[in-house]
Amino acid sequence: MIQFFQDAANILSEHYPFLLRGVGYTMLIALVGTLAGLLIGLATGVLRTCPLSKNVVVRWLQKIANGIIAVYVEVFRGTPMMVQAMVIYWGYAFASGGNTLPLIPSGILIVSINTGAYMAEIVRGGIISIDNGQFEGAAAVGMTHWQAMVHVILPQVLRNILPSVANEFVINIKDTSVLNVIGVTELYYFAGIIKRQTFQTFQTYLVICVIYFILTFSITRILRAIEKKLQVTDSFVICGSQSDPNAEIRVVKKPEVPND
Amino acid sequence: MTENNAVIELKGLCKSFGKVDVLKGIDMQVAKGEVVAIIGSSGSGKSTMLRCINLLETPTTGEILWHGQNVQTEIESLYKYRASVGMVFQQFNLYNNLTVLQNCTLPQIKVLHKSKEEAEKTAKDYLERVGMLPYLNARPAQISGGQKQRVAIARALAMNPEVLLFDEPTSALDPEMVGEVLAVMQQLAQEGMTMLVVTHEMAFARDVSTRVVYMNEGVICEQGSPEEIFGNPQKQATKDFLSRFRNQ
Repeated sequence: MIQFFQDAANILSEHYPFLLRGVGYTMLIALVGTLAGLLIGLATGVLRTCPLSKNVVVRWLQKIANGIIAVYVEVFRGTPMMVQAMVIYWGYAFASGGNTLPLIPSGILIVSINTGAYMAEIVRGGIISIDNGQFEGAAAVGMTHWQAMVHVILPQVLRNILPSVANEFVINIKDTSVLNVIGVTELYYFAGIIKRQTFQTFQTYLVICVIYFILTFSITRILRAIEKKLQVTDSFVICGSQSDPNAEIRVVKKPEVPND
Repeated sequence: MTENNAVIELKGLCKSFGKVDVLKGIDMQVAKGEVVAIIGSSGSGKSTMLRCINLLETPTTGEILWHGQNVQTEIESLYKYRASVGMVFQQFNLYNNLTVLQNCTLPQIKVLHKSKEEAEKTAKDYLERVGMLPYLNARPAQISGGQKQRVAIARALAMNPEVLLFDEPTSALDPEMVGEVLAVMQQLAQEGMTMLVVTHEMAFARDVSTRVVYMNEGVICEQGSPEEIFGNPQKQATKDFLSRFRNQ
């Protein structure tokens, strides 16, 4: 038992440059991939909820775009990311006659596309769940679909889907490990290197396991805190009152909101 | 331009939802400064007619003319048209992500392309008129229904519309809050705002409107001055409807 802890400590002290680089790349790929995926989700969400145009050509383009998005979502949700990584990475090499894409950008690209497929559904669900009155309130003053989306709908959607986005981020931190199949130098890849140098397979992977857990656990807590901050607070400022213009500025808790 | 001075004119307006014919040929003109109360039982098509006017619903057949121009084919921009026809909803439809002040400035900035300062000045003017100036920084979730509706009216007014459409503005309110909203509407009517008000508030229709339109089963059954409709209704359906209301 003591031997085990010594091994683990040795792995940490001797190979910490590998581990740090691994953590760095894992977090970079997961973070950028999740954000890019969210952008894909938002773009597809706005496109798919846009009312069909009266213009015949535009309407057909919309239908084609919706079809492409539907296929994209189904294909990338319905196949493993490990396989997607191989197909995209080696598919590019095949198509370009042997050139390969740089590894880290490839990893980010693959995670982004994969996450985008999930985000597309998350965002669509988020948009659908917004009360229709919000759309009508925006349309009735003359806002375009785009303006209504950007200024009224999406801010509410983002707040509502934040838990799902956080969940995707945590999933991505773990799932970047599959990118080792194309040789992306994330945490799991370095575990392989350390194992081959130390021959301590169990100790190495247990250390990696703990590191993954620390990453996901701390990220979950941080995002939970952000979620709480984004919730509407119960208090706001009353600037004077109707009957008494000199009334002091005060902060009122929701249960005590006065009817002026 | 038409020879008459109608701001809004409906010609043979029909609207069907699937097989259900909600509007079966509405002809109506609204002149500047008129306050038209539209009454009728639930399902008579009052709200649908109002929602057709600013094209939240697309009419199945018929024409909607805005200063003599067909709003579906002839006007320059749907968005500009909607900006000049304000709408107040039963469910308020304030933007939940924005404060009271931002609710009133966003449409001005985005649709009328006003500067932020200009928009805030206008917004505050109208918020003061509806008595909501103290609540500039509150969010819709933090204020009462009556307050929300007054903000919604200020938001509509801040767009400087020619016509205001009210879709049952007091139906979702607690009884004690109906008065504050009706008072704002009465003030607007007295200032000469052209208004179409779908309402179940018979007292408002009788005392404030200049014309009462009684709708029944998708058509205008009877219309006239408040005195005519409430004092001496001609059609049996109108009499039945009004007597049902008195008995409630």
